[in-house]
Amino acid sequence: MSNNTVPSNKPVKSTDLHIGEAAPGCKKRDPILVADGVSRTFGGLKAVDVDHVEIPRGAITALIGPNGAGKTTLFNLLTGFDKPDTGSWTFEGRPLSGMPAFKVARMGQVRTFQLTKALGLLTVMDNMLLGAKGQAGENLFRAVFPFFWSKQEEANRVRALDILERFKLDSKKDDYAASLSGGQRKLLEMARALMSEPSLVMLDEPMAGVNPALTQSLLDHILNLKAEGMTVLFVEHDMHMVRHIADWVIVMAEGRVVAEGDPHEVMRNPAVIDAYLGQHHDEDLGEDPAAEEERVEAIKELLD
Amino acid sequence: MIDWGAIFSNAAVELISPTTAAYALAALGLAIHFGYTGLLNFGQAGFMALGAYGFAISTLSFGFPVWGAVLVGIGASVIFALILGIPTLRLRADYLAIVTIAAAEIVRLLFTTNTFQSFTGSANGLSGYKGGFAGLNPIPEGRYGFGPFEYNEYDWWLRIVAWSIVALACLFTWQIMRSPWGRVIKGIREDEDAVRALGKNVYSYKMQSLILGGAFGTIAGMIFVLPRAVVPSNYQTSLTFFIYAILLLGGASTILGPVIGSMVFWVLLSFFSGFIARAVEAGWIPFITSIQAGQLRFILVGVAIMLIVIFRPQGIFGNKKELAFVK
Ligand SMILES: Nc1ncnc2c1ncn2[C@@H]1O[C@H](COP(=O)(O)OP(=O)(O)O)[C@@H](O)[C@H]1O
Ligand SMILES: [Mg+2]
Repeated sequence: MSNNTVPSNKPVKSTDLHIGEAAPGCKKRDPILVADGVSRTFGGLKAVDVDHVEIPRGAITALIGPNGAGKTTLFNLLTGFDKPDTGSWTFEGRPLSGMPAFKVARMGQVRTFQLTKALGLLTVMDNMLLGAKGQAGENLFRAVFPFFWSKQEEANRVRALDILERFKLDSKKDDYAASLSGGQRKLLEMARALMSEPSLVMLDEPMAGVNPALTQSLLDHILNLKAEGMTVLFVEHDMHMVRHIADWVIVMAEGRVVAEGDPHEVMRNPAVIDAYLGQHHDEDLGEDPAAEEERVEAIKELLD
Repeated sequence: MIDWGAIFSNAAVELISPTTAAYALAALGLAIHFGYTGLLNFGQAGFMALGAYGFAISTLSFGFPVWGAVLVGIGASVIFALILGIPTLRLRADYLAIVTIAAAEIVRLLFTTNTFQSFTGSANGLSGYKGGFAGLNPIPEGRYGFGPFEYNEYDWWLRIVAWSIVALACLFTWQIMRSPWGRVIKGIREDEDAVRALGKNVYSYKMQSLILGGAFGTIAGMIFVLPRAVVPSNYQTSLTFFIYAILLLGGASTILGPVIGSMVFWVLLSFFSGFIARAVEAGWIPFITSIQAGQLRFILVGVAIMLIVIFRPQGIFGNKKELAFVK
């Protein structure tokens, strides 16, 4: 949360993304993802209940909200890892609801996980190669004959090495992913997702548990995704970061979208302050000092 | 006095016996399932039974040629794998374990029951199906070899075919595991959601793995019955556990592990049973009858395997480095 997490060169913000007033569910000029009436309940708990939301193309959108707001659940639904009770959504204009996760990923909408999923007993390079799309050698019959796939494999290897260099992981390419630090695994997960050349990258808490020395480079990587023409949707708690790199902010609380807007304006929105304060009141003070502190910090930042 | 020469030569014979080859192939199938894909198949005995009965029944009851009988066995195992996999491979790993253990028992009981006696021979099993295989033998009649490895032409033919199949299966498995296909398979073992998120159809890959490893088990079942008769009681759950023991002994995600594991297992088993039987005869172990001695060898093999697993948990061929990261 200190200032050294902020990139030195000021990122170029995309503006003028929405149409009309910046309210929950407002229309976007060029949405890449549009969701309608998406809901998911666990037992009696309505974890997600989103009437309408649009994600602007070519921009970095932050999805924020207190713990348990339903951000991860919404990610799971949109990427086919969970099935909604109701609702439908389109990606690049094509309906996606009910599509299995692997097909969603093939269409160019890839995600990372809040709890990092590096494939521990595969090397860093194998992790990367797994991300490449349309591999001939992934068919069992062609796998037997290397001449079907060795050329493509070589090309993928070159591309993987290029991405690994950018993520400063190239020296680790032959190590097991399990030997990486938590932050490096987050980097690897992101790098691996890029191997599939996605159009929408969804990052669930990419900064959580990352050593501050790596935060800087993670931020730069997210900005680079946008520079390369990708759309980014990410969940994050660190308000400094959100303010710094996000072009648009969507705020969730108790499963609903309660506010949307430009990062500077949305923080002044009473609904947002309410959302965080509401959570504050609901919980026993002192039960989880770390989370509590984080929340107080978040509220302070909202107010300043 | 104990005849050590006989004990050692009987043990050495197991090195290249067709039974050792059959167990090695079945264990290689399990390596694909468990070692590479992370599938808990506890029904390998069922796949082996389908191979044995598929081959024997199509030969005896329907007069199929050898290749036809082999295809029937493999076809049956593919159907078996689909029946096991379609409902369970979408669920957590433990469901496959429960379903396979039960399904293998159902298969064995179906072959044991009197209802299909005319086909299966019920509890007596089947014999007399080897003519087709023996007929393909190019080796002239006679005895060949040296020392303990002296066999007639059928026994050599059987050993050559059995170990050639094992060698081919090893080469094939080695090749696919170093291909992009194998990378997806190993990724699924590590975390299937991550692989799904990268656009791979995890369900289909798990099914391919189940079918392939099961087919290896089925062919192993055919090799297993070529030096003996088909007897349903051979296909109990304990058979699956012996194959798991061989797999862990050799190294679960290795190619040569199952082969060497099977050799070590059978040589040890033969050595212990030879030693105990003769030691009891010689009065070295006074409190044991020769019937109990037959049980004791499995206990000793169990202890030997435990020691290897404790002191070399990655198996004979496994990579120690991998073990450092096991959660
Ligand atoms: N698999 C599940 N089973 C039951 N409840 C769940 C499950 N996943 C999430 N929840 C509940 O849904 C709510 C939203 O969770 P989540 O989406 O993880 O929130 P966030 O990511 O915003 O912190 C929480 O109250 C959580 O306890
Ligand atoms: Mg979450």
